[in-house]
Amino acid sequence: MTAVSMPGVESAPYTVEEVCEQFDPVMGLEVHVELNTTTKMFCGCANAFGAEPNTNVCPVCLGLPGALPRVNGAAVASAITIGLALNCQVRERSGFARKNYFYPDMPKNFQISQYEDPIVFDGYLDVPLDDGTTWRVEIERAHMEEDTGKSLHVGGATGRIHGADYSLLDYNRSGVPLIEIVTRPIVGAGVRAPEVARAYVTALRDVLRGLGVSDVRMDQGSMRCDANVSLMPKGTSAFGTRTETKNVNSLRSVERAVRYEMGRHAGVLLSGGTIRQETRHFDEQSGTTSPGRPKETFADYRFFPEPDLPPLEPSADWVETLRARLPERPWERRARIQTEWGLSDEELRDLVNADALDLVADTVDAGAPPEAARSWWVSYLAQQANTAGVALPALAITPAQVARVVALVAEGTLTNKLARQVVDGVLAGEGEPDEVVAGRGLAVVSDESALTAAVDEALAAQPAVAEKIRAGKTKAAGAIVGAVMKATRGQADAARVQELVLERCR
Amino acid sequence: MSDITRDDVAHLARLARLAVTDDELDTFSRQIDAIVDTVSAVGDIPDDVPPTAQVVPQTNVLRPDATEPSLPREAALAGAPAAEEGRFRVPRILGEEL
Repeated sequence: MTAVSMPGVESAPYTVEEVCEQFDPVMGLEVHVELNTTTKMFCGCANAFGAEPNTNVCPVCLGLPGALPRVNGAAVASAITIGLALNCQVRERSGFARKNYFYPDMPKNFQISQYEDPIVFDGYLDVPLDDGTTWRVEIERAHMEEDTGKSLHVGGATGRIHGADYSLLDYNRSGVPLIEIVTRPIVGAGVRAPEVARAYVTALRDVLRGLGVSDVRMDQGSMRCDANVSLMPKGTSAFGTRTETKNVNSLRSVERAVRYEMGRHAGVLLSGGTIRQETRHFDEQSGTTSPGRPKETFADYRFFPEPDLPPLEPSADWVETLRARLPERPWERRARIQTEWGLSDEELRDLVNADALDLVADTVDAGAPPEAARSWWVSYLAQQANTAGVALPALAITPAQVARVVALVAEGTLTNKLARQVVDGVLAGEGEPDEVVAGRGLAVVSDESALTAAVDEALAAQPAVAEKIRAGKTKAAGAIVGAVMKATRGQADAARVQELVLERCR
Repeated sequence: MSDITRDDVAHLARLARLAVTDDELDTFSRQIDAIVDTVSAVGDIPDDVPPTAQVVPQTNVLRPDATEPSLPREAALAGAPAAEEGRFRVPRILGEEL
């Protein structure tokens, strides 16, 4: 294996194991999340993905002279909620700042962001790893800012900037609320660094999804990760020069990008080269990175307080109200459910993989015992979904309806066999379970007087058999039970009919 | 006393994507130097005075998350030197060195 460090030629990457024989990796992850508020951060334009170009724009998000921003209260609430979910402090007084740079996707020529006083800071996220252990990732800060417009580069072969003749700008995304979540340097992960990076972004995505504050779709750009990577020689503690890799658009890419950069850095350093601090662009196809556009140095952004927006001082009441609404963390919920329902690891994994966990949980919340609820979703309903070629959650039956069927079986109105027919009826659009029972005449005949009358009728129709039973030949009762079951079209409880036959012949 | 050099001005001009002539580098460095000198008076203020970015004593001015009308697209694009496919058309991005 050779490491080449000629200009413009990629070094052959070392494996992570080889890298970690000589270096300790340090990572910093910056995740941008687009909030799913109704409107943008600083104006009332719709925050919508996929609209016709430049249809959700106004003087504020186009940066027209004289336009004044106004802060979206719901976005601030989401920012605080995210901070609380990440165990952060909420700043008593925070404000907005202008980050100045000239680029066509930012028509004001500055981005409204937060600088020295981000809304939330000093938190952590305990991230579950594949082996069942937990890695604590410390959160430095999360701050509010606005997204940029989208550029379409025309004339270049690849759609990238290089070689483009001109660019077309759509400002629908300009001003969409963004939360940037920044970790402290992640040190000590060693060969697990790529895995820790992926696990962190996965856990963050799950938490944010649970909060309902963002679509967290990496493929649509509503969640984006920048991965900072550097290496320091083993046994030292001064961080090396870092690179920042952008365009990391999937969880798998987070892991691959970190792994690639670790290998590339090692290649450069071991061949006597130096790492240039730069932004790099991840290529999904090749799994490699290449230098991105040269960016301003930090001082060049000339941050200064945004004079058009007054500071934020979230009241303790507001913060505590938001804290009280925090949902359980997804993995904690899974662990709790596993214990409460007495599931094996495999049973839990099957439920999660079948997309059935929420459905079963909702069925249990609607009153069904966990075992019965789980059984319906993973067996009969899973079969029906499979036959229909749809995902389980897309089946035309609700958890409440399944719970009702379970209840009907438990109270003896339905046998399991009849219950399946009721479910078929619900899936066929015949209405609620009770309506299907009535419509198809499926209820177990449990009316004692009706059953007794049917037994008496059968005994009268077969006097010889009745006589045998009265003489003590109880086995003969089977013929009468059969007649009653036939008369009730199978909807009587056979055991109860047997008891009634013997009672009437006493 | 600040010390704005021609190089500082050239750097600022590049950040602002402005073309500046050689003569202007001299003129602007003198002028900006004088401006920075004047503004540096704020350095005399004691540290225990909090910085003032806002003169209106307001906090928590928040807008409800309710949609308001956007501009018609024709109006949005009306001021653009060039537009194409409903988008603003701009020159090849800033003569990127890439």
